[in-house]
Amino acid sequence: MTFRKYLVLAGITVFSTAGDSLLARGMKDVGAVSLHHLPGLMLAILNPWVALGILFLLTFFTCYMSALSWADLTYVLPATSLAYVLVALVGHFRLHEMISPTRWLGIALIASGVGFVSAGPSITPGHERENPHESPDAIAQEVKS
Amino acid sequence: MSEMFAWAAIAIIVVASTTGDVLLSYSMKRVGDVGEIWKRRGALAVIGRVLSTPTFPLGVAAMGVAFYSLLFGLSWGNLSLVVPASASLTFVANAVAARIFLREHVGRRRWIAALLVAGGVVLMAV
Repeated sequence: MTFRKYLVLAGITVFSTAGDSLLARGMKDVGAVSLHHLPGLMLAILNPWVALGILFLLTFFTCYMSALSWADLTYVLPATSLAYVLVALVGHFRLHEMISPTRWLGIALIASGVGFVSAGPSITPGHERENPHESPDAIAQEVKS
Repeated sequence: MSEMFAWAAIAIIVVASTTGDVLLSYSMKRVGDVGEIWKRRGALAVIGRVLSTPTFPLGVAAMGVAFYSLLFGLSWGNLSLVVPASASLTFVANAVAARIFLREHVGRRRWIAALLVAGGVVLMAV
């Protein structure tokens, strides 16, 4: 794991949180969209909060795909779950929401889960191939299919 | 009755998003380290390789199904039930699916991490 890779993991956390918050903010302006009025969903993109939210979520998806190209799924998912904690902390310090003792316990559990997984290896040995198409495994799979 | 619909939606969300995550992870492992490809061949090569991997659009489609099920689930059930239940079950389902389909080595450390995060997500919604 290089510094650049930790940066990508941080990007997943930050951009998914920011994207979701911006979408939620924008959809409050747009109001409820009924199933019988789906064009309303298209118009929602015109809302600057929604547009910015979508841009952030696209950035999140790019970071996520990048991380999955060099790390295990079971590493990336827990490692980036700090997003849940981030949302709560933003709510607490920026929006002055109360955080109950149970929620603090939840935050502690998630944080310790993140610590647990990130102290371990990021990829299963043998999965980190330079060119997967030429590895013996891939060839064996192609022979089978 | 609406409770049952909410749990049906949760089940669909968990299955769809796990399928999506597994397919996307599989696709990206086939593509290889995108940072390396970018350095050697440029950004267009990365985009080309990702889009030409057949399992990639399938993964995106599964994610789309999960997203729309979440929207429907939210219209039937409580936000405080649907979101944490589907999120925490997805963490556990992903650990199982990654072990079976991606042959990832899910050791004790990763199991504990998945369970801690899943439990934490539930507590944060209480």
